[in-house]
Formats: sequence, structure tokens, C-alpha cells
Amino acid sequence: MEKDTIIELKDVKKSYDGNTTVIENINLEIKRGEFVTLLGPSGCGKTTILRMIGGFDTPTSGQITLNGRDISPLPPYERPINTVFQKYALFPHLNVYDNIAFGLKMKKVSKAETEKKVKEALEIVDLAGFEKRDIQTLSGGQQQRIAIARAIVNEPQVLLLDEPLSALDYKMRKEMQLELKNMHKKLGITFIFVTHDQEEALTMSDKVVVMADGAIQQVGTPEDIYNEPANVFVADFIGESNIFNGTMAAFHQARFADALFECVDDFEKGTKIDAVIRPEDVEIVEKGKGQLTGTVTSADFKGTFYVTFVQCGDFEMEVHTTKHLSAGAEVGLFVEPDNIHIIPYDNTINHYVGELGAFDAEKGLFVRFADVEIYVDYKKVYPEAKVSDGKLVDKSGNEIVTEGVNVVVYFNPEDGDMSDNKDEGIVTGQIVSFYYIGDHYSYTIRSKSENDYVIDDDSLWNQDDIVSVIIPKDSIKIQFMK
Amino acid sequence: MKTSNFERKALAIPYALFMVFFVIFPLLVILYYGFTDGEGHVSLENFLNFFRSAKTVGTLIYSLVIAVMVTAICLLIAYPVAYILAKGEYARKHAFLMVFVLPMWINFTLRITAMKEILTVLEGNLAYHPFMNTIICMVYDFLPFMIMPLFNSLTKLDNSMLEASADLGANKWQTIFKVVIPLTIPGIVSGITMVFLPAMTNYVVLDMVYNSTYIMGSLIGSYFNAYDWNNGSLISAILLMFIGLFTIITNHLIAGEEGGRRR
Repeated sequence: MEKDTIIELKDVKKSYDGNTTVIENINLEIKRGEFVTLLGPSGCGKTTILRMIGGFDTPTSGQITLNGRDISPLPPYERPINTVFQKYALFPHLNVYDNIAFGLKMKKVSKAETEKKVKEALEIVDLAGFEKRDIQTLSGGQQQRIAIARAIVNEPQVLLLDEPLSALDYKMRKEMQLELKNMHKKLGITFIFVTHDQEEALTMSDKVVVMADGAIQQVGTPEDIYNEPANVFVADFIGESNIFNGTMAAFHQARFADALFECVDDFEKGTKIDAVIRPEDVEIVEKGKGQLTGTVTSADFKGTFYVTFVQCGDFEMEVHTTKHLSAGAEVGLFVEPDNIHIIPYDNTINHYVGELGAFDAEKGLFVRFADVEIYVDYKKVYPEAKVSDGKLVDKSGNEIVTEGVNVVVYFNPEDGDMSDNKDEGIVTGQIVSFYYIGDHYSYTIRSKSENDYVIDDDSLWNQDDIVSVIIPKDSIKIQFMK
Repeated sequence: MKTSNFERKALAIPYALFMVFFVIFPLLVILYYGFTDGEGHVSLENFLNFFRSAKTVGTLIYSLVIAVMVTAICLLIAYPVAYILAKGEYARKHAFLMVFVLPMWINFTLRITAMKEILTVLEGNLAYHPFMNTIICMVYDFLPFMIMPLFNSLTKLDNSMLEASADLGANKWQTIFKVVIPLTIPGIVSGITMVFLPAMTNYVVLDMVYNSTYIMGSLIGSYFNAYDWNNGSLISAILLMFIGLFTIITNHLIAGEEGGRRR
């Protein structure tokens, strides 16, 4: 039987003071009884979504429904939802019993009933007999359990957990992960869990929602997310991966890293692609027998396997193998066709809607897009036009009105460049993310006005570096808007 | 190691000297004068006389009534103000706080004089309501001293406490009474201590609003003006005991609150 939807987010947007957008148009359905994890790096908006479901933040626009009813205007105390807070937020002036009984007292549950329920909740979290203890005398792990007990004692339809394990040490975290999962099975209620730890998300959830930049990148089972990442961000964020730029060479055949690979994904010949290969899916074979041949540069033992880096020409491949290879060894690398995951290249990268300005006989044709205002060669836009008397005219000599004409401006990431020198480029911004793509890094630079520029570069820059983006005039391509 | 320890201790010497000369020594002098007669013999006579005389006990009660009323009114006004200042969601919080605290920067006789003028306009003649005017002027005078500790205490209160309370089904009022007030008791106590003692002793306010009834401060003043160091010191010592008692009781209460309430 198909489970019914308990919570649905419809076109939910959240921005502060009308300009900083933290959540961009999110649609998400959560089924009854599911264990859903919102996963993403810090600042991706996952906590904001949780807070909107809990009622601590209200969406700027859009709806949040619970059992089909819009709950977005309801205050937290009118929602059948409870939260386990990141730092537990237990009341220091109350003992364990009174903390757990707080919600029941608000609902005016009888004393006998309250006592019974608190006792049960304490048993569920394995802290029976702790009623009289002071909060300050409890360890972090125990406080965590009390926070869970305080939430579940109210029998909420949905339990929200905001990075509840982040303050615990590694061993305790592992234990609590299992316990939370068992608790979820036992209670049968919907859990919405927020974390930045991908391993935690993959271990615990029925469904993972990967988020970045206030938008959902992918929704799926942990297996889907790992094996079939929807884009380069997900591939890079979840687990280790080798990512290469390439093109489809033929039906079921891709070209990347200077070699041809059989693959199972269907894309038209010539499509630009990103190929994702998990390090554990690369087999080390005899030299000449695989698709790639290379030299081992390093091999580090990680307990159950070696993290081995193999340099194949310009490209580097990370391989997880149980074989020990010493640096310098020449090996072949083989990847099974169904272990190559092909993602069509995002065609919106570095595409901007722009506008033409007036033509200037000396400087050229004025173009404005994103944060950029430059003069370009008019031939880029009007290949057949001529200059006559300082004016731009078409073949039959009529003047071309360029001002206000809408265009699409784009450039290839490999044509762009970055510099520390502010004045060198045409716009400055901050590096918000970067991936290693086989033989180079792909950087996303975000300007103050929130425009993204993707630049390929061989050298390693740091996250959050402020850089100047250089786009050579010649590499800028301009098309009329359709 | 040894030398560095010595140097650290040496840093405390100025403070220790200050304490000895300006706190401990004066206290000893007060106690000495309070419990000796004019010839320097130890005696409880002053102490017993204070409680035997209807006039002095009446002054004590009158001072207590004023102090309790002023403190209570200050608390009732200051708590909501401090709550809105600390927890409200608006820009320029500190500018608003400044508006309430700014009077502290103005000389207090000037403030009271200004308040007198306002009250004269409203009441016609100040002499008709000496008690009420005393309360009004004292509340006006001491309010910032109540707001500051409450504001600090409320600012420190983690918002997640309020959210947890709302999450568990408490509406705004329930959250205030079940979570916010219990957790800001230290601020409430220090606010009360800041206001209560000055309200018992600040007789200048009474003089200024033509309230001729004595309070504890006026008693001390009048004895000292008459060079009766013994009785003046004794009353100071009695006030000191009141404050000591109050501090002990409230500390006990706070310890009880923070140690988790028993069922």
C-alpha cells in the first residue's frame, strides 16, 4: 500500500529582509512514518526548512501542509510536531521528570497519566529511574536522551531532529544513530532529521534530501543518492568520487580522461557530460588491459583498503583497493560500464540574460549582463553589420537599434581565469564551492549580487577566497534571446 | 614558577588595601559606634532603644512600606520593558535601551526637580500627596537600576529555551511564567537588591517632594547632624543586617530554583 503524505512543502520560499534568500522555491513531500534526512553543508537551508516545519520560522511565500491542512500560519504550540534541538534546550530550572512532563502539563494531562507516560518515555530512551536527577548532573549523551524523551512523550505525529548528534563524540554518535533508528521503528512516527554528516544520513534514512544553496539537489533512497547522483554537487558531497568532463562519443560510449568507456546511460552523441566513478568501483588490472594506464603516485592504508592515487596522463584517479601497490608501479585501470555514472552537463552554467546598449564606434558594442558591463566587438552579435558614419548599419544600410535588445551571454568555464588582483578581472566574488574534475578544479564564484561564475583552473584555491573573475572578451559568446 | 606566583599575588595588594580602608575599616567603625555608648563602653542600649521607641520602629515600618512598594512597581514596569528590549525583534535595540538608561547620566536632583515640576502641573500642589509623590519620584529615579540587570539576564536567556517551550505546547504567557521568569530569577534578585536599599534610605527624595515623614536614611542623617555617632551607626548596622538577611534568603531561593524543583 502506498503510504499517504503527512507533510508537504509547496513552493516554499524564505528570504530575510526581502533580499537574502535562504530557501528558493522548495517542493517536498514526506510520507507518513518515513525517516527523512535533510542533508547538506552548513548554510544550505536545511535547518531553516526544519524550523519552518516546526513553526519557528514562517515561509516568505508558499505553503506547508500537515495531513493536507495548511499549517504555515500556526504557532509552534498549535502543531502536533515536536523538536529535538541541536543543543537539547533542556530547562535547567526543572529536573528530568519536570522537563519531560512539561508538554503534558501544558495539555493538562492528569497527574497519574503524566507519571505513567514519563516513565514509559524514560524507558524508551533507556534512562529509567532518572526522574529526580538534575539536568546539570547528566552527561551530554544522557541530556540528548532526555531531550528525545521530552519530545516523544507528547506523541507527536512528526518528530524533528536538528543535528541532534553533532555534540556527541564519535562512539556515542554511532550508538545513538542505531538507537534512533530503532526508536523510529518502534514508535512508527515520521522523523525529519537534519545533518551535515553524509554517512549519518545514508545509515539512518529511508529517504535523503540533499540540499545546497537553499535548493533541493536530489531526493532519493540512500542507495539512489550514492549510486545515481543527480549532479556533480551530490556526487562530490556524498562519498568519494572521481569526476571527469567529457562527451558522448557514440551510443553507450563516453569519452573522458583521454579514453573511451563503455557505459549504460543513454545520451545523444556529442552531449557534454560529467562522468562520476566511485573509487571502490575502479579495478586495478594488468598494464594495458584496462581502459586507462597510469602510474601509482601514493597508497595509504585505511584499515580495510588502500586509498591509491593513479596518475593517467593529465588525469588523476582515486582508487580504493585491497591490493597494496607501491608508488611508481605501472598499472591498468578498469571500470565496469554500469559503474560509470553519466550526468549530462548543466547547460545553464555561465549563461546570463543580458541587454545590449548603444554602439560606440571607438569602444564597440555595449553589453550588460550579471554584474558585468563591457564593450565587445559588434561582429559577435551582428556578424553581417557594418560601421558607417560611426553608426551600426545592416546589409541594406539601415541603422541597427541595439539599445535594449535582450541577449543571452555565455562563456566556457575553461576560458575564464581567476586572480587575487581585484582590478584584473571584471567582477569579484567569493569561491563558494569547488570540485576536482580529473585534471583540474571547477570553481563556483559568487558575486555580491548573487551571480555565479564557474571557472576551471588548474591550481588549488581555497573555499571562501575572494577572487577576481577574468573573462577574456574574445571568449564571450552572445546570442539573441529566443 | 615561584616568582610568577608572587607577582600575581602582588597585583591583588592595591585591591586588598582598598577593601581594608574603604570597606572593612568603615564597617568596623560602624559596628563599634553602633554597639558602644558615648564613653566607649560596649552596650546594647542603642540597639534595644531602637526597638523600644515607637517613633523609630514606625520609621522602620514606613521605610519598609516605601521600599517594598517602590521595588514592586519598578519590577512590574521594568520586567516587560526589559523583556521587549531583550527579546523583541527590531533593529536598534540598544538605542531603545539607551532611552531608558539615559536618565542615569543626569544628576539625580535635577531629575527629581524636573519630575516635581511635572507633578506640580498635574496635582496643583505637591503637598497634598507627599506619599504618592515620594513613590513616583523614587520609581522614576531607580527604574534604570532595575532594567539593567533584568535586561542582561534576559539577553543571556537562550532563545532555544523559548522555542522548546513553544514546541512543547506552551503559549506565550505560559512560556513567560513557566520558563522565562524562573530562568531570570538571578536578574530579578539583583534588580531588587539594587533598588530596595536605596529606597529605604534615600531621604533626599522625600525632602524634595516635601514629605516630612522620616525614613531610615533621614534618621541616620538627623543623628549624624546632631553628632550622635552611636545611634546613627546603629541604624546603619540595622539596615546592613536587613540587606544581609535579604541576600541570604534570595540566594537560598535561587539555589533552590537552579537545583531543580522537587515534586
